[in-house]
Amino acid sequence: MKILKGIPASSGISIGPAFQFKKGEIHIPRHQVEDPAPEIQRFEAALEQARQELAQVLEKAQAETDAGTASIFEAHALMLEDPDFLAAIQEKINDRALNAEAAVADATETYAQMLDAMEDEYLKARAADIRDVGMRVVRILLKIGDSPTSGLEKPAVILADELTPSDTITLDKSLVLGFCTAGGGPVAHVAILARELGLPAVVGMGSDILDIPDLTEVVVDGDEGTLLVEPDQATVANKRAQAESQLEKGAEARKHAKEPAVTRDGHQVEVVANIGNVEGAKVALQSGAEGVGLLRTEFLYLERTHMPDEEEQYQAYQAILETFGRLPVILRTLDIGGDKNLPYLSLPEEMNPFLGLRAIRLCLTRPEIFKPQLKAALRASTGHNLKLMFPMVATVAEVRAAKVILEECRGDLSGSGQTMADHIEIGIMVEIPAAVITADQLAAEVDFFSIGTNDLSQYTMAADRTSSSVSALANAFQPAVLRLVRDIVDTAHQHGKWVGMCGELAGEPLAIPLLLGLGLDELSMNPPAIPLAKQIIRSLTLKEARGIAQAALDLDSPEGVRSWLESKYPL
Amino acid sequence: MPEIRLKIQHKAGLHARPAAMFVQTANKYKAAIKVRHGEREANAKSIMGILTLGASQGAEVTVHAEGSDAEQALSGLRELVESNFGEQS
Repeated sequence: MKILKGIPASSGISIGPAFQFKKGEIHIPRHQVEDPAPEIQRFEAALEQARQELAQVLEKAQAETDAGTASIFEAHALMLEDPDFLAAIQEKINDRALNAEAAVADATETYAQMLDAMEDEYLKARAADIRDVGMRVVRILLKIGDSPTSGLEKPAVILADELTPSDTITLDKSLVLGFCTAGGGPVAHVAILARELGLPAVVGMGSDILDIPDLTEVVVDGDEGTLLVEPDQATVANKRAQAESQLEKGAEARKHAKEPAVTRDGHQVEVVANIGNVEGAKVALQSGAEGVGLLRTEFLYLERTHMPDEEEQYQAYQAILETFGRLPVILRTLDIGGDKNLPYLSLPEEMNPFLGLRAIRLCLTRPEIFKPQLKAALRASTGHNLKLMFPMVATVAEVRAAKVILEECRGDLSGSGQTMADHIEIGIMVEIPAAVITADQLAAEVDFFSIGTNDLSQYTMAADRTSSSVSALANAFQPAVLRLVRDIVDTAHQHGKWVGMCGELAGEPLAIPLLLGLGLDELSMNPPAIPLAKQIIRSLTLKEARGIAQAALDLDSPEGVRSWLESKYPL
Repeated sequence: MPEIRLKIQHKAGLHARPAAMFVQTANKYKAAIKVRHGEREANAKSIMGILTLGASQGAEVTVHAEGSDAEQALSGLRELVESNFGEQS
């Protein structure tokens, strides 16, 4: 058995034969024509047919998908009416005596490359649309069928380099078990379509998948982001059982993803998303997120040679906030330290980077890093529900110092006439036991707390979570960690503050009844986990959950807690 | 030659649906209409040209028109952009 990994794009598990969808087989003939007139006629006939095909595809898309997908084909139809594009093709046929196929392909490529070169991710993605439209005309000229499922007789997992909107809309859905693509990201068309269809999809798998022969048995797991090639029987049986139970629950959960998570006795928990960029924001909304509980800002800083300036950060935050309108978005200020290499910050090397100058500690000593981020966030807050969260707080003094700098930034901006939201809630990550112990004091300084279970476990258990020999200790189901969670929630509530959780535990289905019972007000998780989490909350009463949590806190091992939860809420 | 400046307020910029609406509006007029954004210039009736302008939210573009209905074309486009492409801002 071989395991290939990619980016999870649509949830679910499917088992079946592989089928390679190869578009690369289109060979575009290129030659000089003696008389351009018949080539122009061929081109115009193909153009007319393409317009008709597209009208049908559009109708199908309007019937089967959402408005967003349908609008893609409206844009395609406009491209076929584009006077500049058509003139460029005709010029190549008339003046350079090129055959119609080559003329269309060349003109398409010129425009596609212009878009490829743009910085905007949206426009880059439109290059694929232009190629899609151009290739439609070329295929008509060459009389080649265009559906990924042509040639397929029984349902299969479609493997492809990339799938365009036309590919995905023209395929016969009854013949598709799932998708794996070599390229693409979580907002690729195939990802969006797969989610709409409720089929598993994994993207960005690399070109290895293109070498898998047709009919090879594969398992695609859209939650893990894996493709298992020639799995053994035990694995298949195991995955099949998982798939069946998921299918039942997933379909039910996704149907209600956008409804609130209210328990049977009327208690609502806010279910929000952890995201790291604007693409994640869109996926989160589709998954039913009621906002963002953790916006990681590190993506702006990593893999580059200089610090992002205020304007660049403003643009990035603005784009994300726009996506969420008035829904809450919690921006976590830079959480970085000696373990992540940012050459341009020239951070000192440390023996124990996890215990060193990182996160808020670093930002407080380096206002030239901290201030541009705070100003960018303040500027982007206008008209939105932005909240700020400081990571790795251990003392009250740190929060006060951060708030002083924030006020300075606010003053600078309003001095120059900049608008920003009047009130911005301030919170801290609870990931150091010191913050739990002094939560009553911290509560006076903040509006909310958000528990980072990964770091809270590691710091509570004194176990490096990146070290395989002790990582089992750094487990959020450890009684010590759970008791800290209980304590922070209780203290915060006594002081009238709300508490969320944005660590991995928050998205783990098994933990949801426990967290509900412990009294968390908000759970923030990776978007694919949202529908099921909401479903679990809706199936319980707060009273039941409290009972489950109460008993769990008396157990003396993480294994004990797990099996208790499994017995109370079998998934 | 009549010329106007427009600020794109729509969150998608002059891409996606706004770009399509812009081109469809331009197509209603006979005038030759050019759109300039920074150093780039495009035919207002060309969807691909408009996309390659890269005019994001907040961008200012200059539109000029030539022809018998140039004035009408400019006011039609102004109305579209200033109504934020028919959406709530």
